[in-house]
Amino acid sequence: MKLAFKSLFAATAVAALMATSATADEPKTGGTLTMAIQQTPRHLNPAVQSGTATGVPGTQLFASLLRYDEGWEPQPYLAESWDVSADGLSVTVNLVKDAVFHDGVPITSEDVAFSIDTVKANHPFKSMFAPVTEVATPDAHTAVIKLSKPHPALLLAMSSQLLAIIPKHVYGDGQDPKTHPANSENVVGSGPFKLVEFKKGEHVILERNENYFMDGLPYLDRIVMRIMPDDSTRAIALESGELQMSGFESSPRNIVRLKKNADLKVSNAGYAAIGPVNWLAFNTKAEKLSDPMVRKAIAYAVDREFINKALNMGTAPTALTGIHPGSPFYDETVEAYDVDLAKANQLLDAAGYNKGSDGMRFGLSIDYGWPAMKPYAEYMKPQLKKIGIDVTVRSSADFPTWAKRISTWDFDMTMDNVFNWGDPVIGVHRTYSSDNIKEGVIWSNTQQYSNDRVDAIMEEAGATNDPAKRTALYAELQQILADELPLYPIFASPYHTVSSISAVGNASDSIWGTSTPLDRVYLK
Amino acid sequence: MGFGQILAKRVGYGLVLLIAVVVLNFTLITIAPGDVADAIAGDMGGADASVLVEIRQRYGLDQPFMSQLWRYLSSVAVMDLGYSYFYNTSVTELILQRLPATLLLIFSSQILAISVGVLLGVMAARKPNSLVNLCVTFLSLFGFAAPVFWTGILLIILFVSVHPVFPVGGMMNAALIDASFFEQSINIAYHLVLPMVTLASIYLALYSRLTRASMQEVLGSDYIRTARAKGLRENKVFYKHALKNSLGPLVTVAGLQFSAVMSGAVVVEAVFNWPGLGTLALQAILARDTPTIMGILFFSSLVVIVVNIFTDLVLRMIDPRIRAE
Repeated sequence: MKLAFKSLFAATAVAALMATSATADEPKTGGTLTMAIQQTPRHLNPAVQSGTATGVPGTQLFASLLRYDEGWEPQPYLAESWDVSADGLSVTVNLVKDAVFHDGVPITSEDVAFSIDTVKANHPFKSMFAPVTEVATPDAHTAVIKLSKPHPALLLAMSSQLLAIIPKHVYGDGQDPKTHPANSENVVGSGPFKLVEFKKGEHVILERNENYFMDGLPYLDRIVMRIMPDDSTRAIALESGELQMSGFESSPRNIVRLKKNADLKVSNAGYAAIGPVNWLAFNTKAEKLSDPMVRKAIAYAVDREFINKALNMGTAPTALTGIHPGSPFYDETVEAYDVDLAKANQLLDAAGYNKGSDGMRFGLSIDYGWPAMKPYAEYMKPQLKKIGIDVTVRSSADFPTWAKRISTWDFDMTMDNVFNWGDPVIGVHRTYSSDNIKEGVIWSNTQQYSNDRVDAIMEEAGATNDPAKRTALYAELQQILADELPLYPIFASPYHTVSSISAVGNASDSIWGTSTPLDRVYLK
Repeated sequence: MGFGQILAKRVGYGLVLLIAVVVLNFTLITIAPGDVADAIAGDMGGADASVLVEIRQRYGLDQPFMSQLWRYLSSVAVMDLGYSYFYNTSVTELILQRLPATLLLIFSSQILAISVGVLLGVMAARKPNSLVNLCVTFLSLFGFAAPVFWTGILLIILFVSVHPVFPVGGMMNAALIDASFFEQSINIAYHLVLPMVTLASIYLALYSRLTRASMQEVLGSDYIRTARAKGLRENKVFYKHALKNSLGPLVTVAGLQFSAVMSGAVVVEAVFNWPGLGTLALQAILARDTPTIMGILFFSSLVVIVVNIFTDLVLRMIDPRIRAE
């Protein structure tokens, strides 16, 4: 508990420092926070369902072993301490002694082993726990995770929504955990809040867990999470005070508008672990685009600055690589392909595509999968016309239509937004690994890009715990990718947390956005 | 034809229609590219290939189309609407959860539209050159021309953003879940105002025009002159003789419009975040959740068919001429 106290103190100190610009408020206990979530979650159990729709309420209900501070440092949570062996092949986790589930049953190492097994077998991200061979439970409060190779993604995979510790006495009853009734009703976790009511399409209501293992927390009595899919509706509700907080706000227009409201804090702190990077993806097996010179020409023609200024209204950070700019592995020294139409034209001439009598060289199509991506796809048409590429914008009726087209490689170019999900091993490798060119799987290596050196770098970086070595390897990776350009990264999604300055204290700025325990959020 | 025969014939037609709706929709949904596995992967921020294969196997999406269709038809035949792939609950349960909200919205807006519409129509018919008539003309033009979602957004801007009188959306303040039934009802009514007015706006225009036209027609007929000639008071002539006889077209149109009201409700629910069948349908379509979409379509066709049969019966009740045929 000592460690936990220390981190609590540190977090409070940080929060206090940050609050100096407003008033130096002391956190108060009590009150109901009304916030928004954007989609109806399929259910509330993050152990078998990824995505932030489940993650935001799920991380309130289920505690994980670790949590992360804003500087990407792991902090104690259900694990009061942990130790990675020198060879990196085993991780010993010591659990908080007095932690209990919402139904009063103590949390033991058996639950940890059961949770890791369940996540490994059912979670959509197989890379999170793939190297785990066994979870030993020498005593009730010690779990030893044995690995087949050092696994640097493990600690991040033990945090937030990626590893929900689920009770064995509830989920171990032989039912399929993916469709278990306790995923939506009578949810038993050990997080700061308990479930009062989950009404699909309407709200998730949570109340304080009086037996929460972190003393004095949470501050709030209740959290009402209203399911509000429409951007503008949420913006109006934030302005009128009906909502006091909303995370994952990403509409540039609304962000700019809400920033003008004196009572709203509109902050883009955090979200680096979610790591949403938007790019223009190329089908590297398509006839014209198989030539890297053509891809480079397109990169030189696209004006990233214009996109970020005009379309994103200055709300989104520039992303030069497929690793999120907030990640410790981001390499900002890669070739940026600043707009240079002359060079783009030269490259296309050199590639053997001469302009026809109408000024056009050849045609390409560009896809987008959901409405927010449409402006970027449309921007490409007039812009690439300047270098003689006749772009056809192809829309899809809905997400599954787009996903089918892209994942069966029926495309030339597409706008895409892919999440890093913490460590590159989980969310970055999948985009470039030649093993992951898989038909019918969206957000696999749909570019069909393959490079032996890239595969080798990712394998090495995924099997060492040495941060310096990993940084060097990922830097090399990003340099190669910037040179070969299977995709052209443009910006990181402008995720913002909006909260009422007069009403809400300690609004989350975690690397996981609001998909993190909101136990330190309080009402003023 | 006897009453029983007519009813039997109507129900027979209704059943054929239902089967056609099910087969057609199932086919359309299945031939669209992509499936629920793609939607689930999208929701989860990507998924491993094995996870997608498992989802497709579990829901029989890897089976040939005819066997999927047959399986669905045979389960619908025994009134089993299946299991939602996306929400992991039975479709019947999902629909029943959302149904009250939609019914409340539809019926309250229809009651508002009919009562105010008829009133305005009568007033306009009574004084053809008055201001009221002008207002009705303007209102109906506006009501017809303005798309529902636009009216909805306009009302939100006016009464939520500029003059905050009403809540942004939703059906009930979630903080009231422990409050008394009375308090909850008041809060629901408060949330209902804007969506109800929005959905009513089109039909208000329709009904007032219809009433005015049919009143004017009836007022020109001989029996009205007779009624006046025998010295009945004008109010009695109006409400007892003229209005009753001009309601026929209104009932027919209101019944026929029911399917349009239901689709209008989808839009209004989306604008006002009203947790009814419409929002569910929208989410289910975006998620390619075939059983849920099919369930809603099946259910709404059933409701429309039943309402149409019911309209026939009501018409027979208020119009003796149909009974005599």
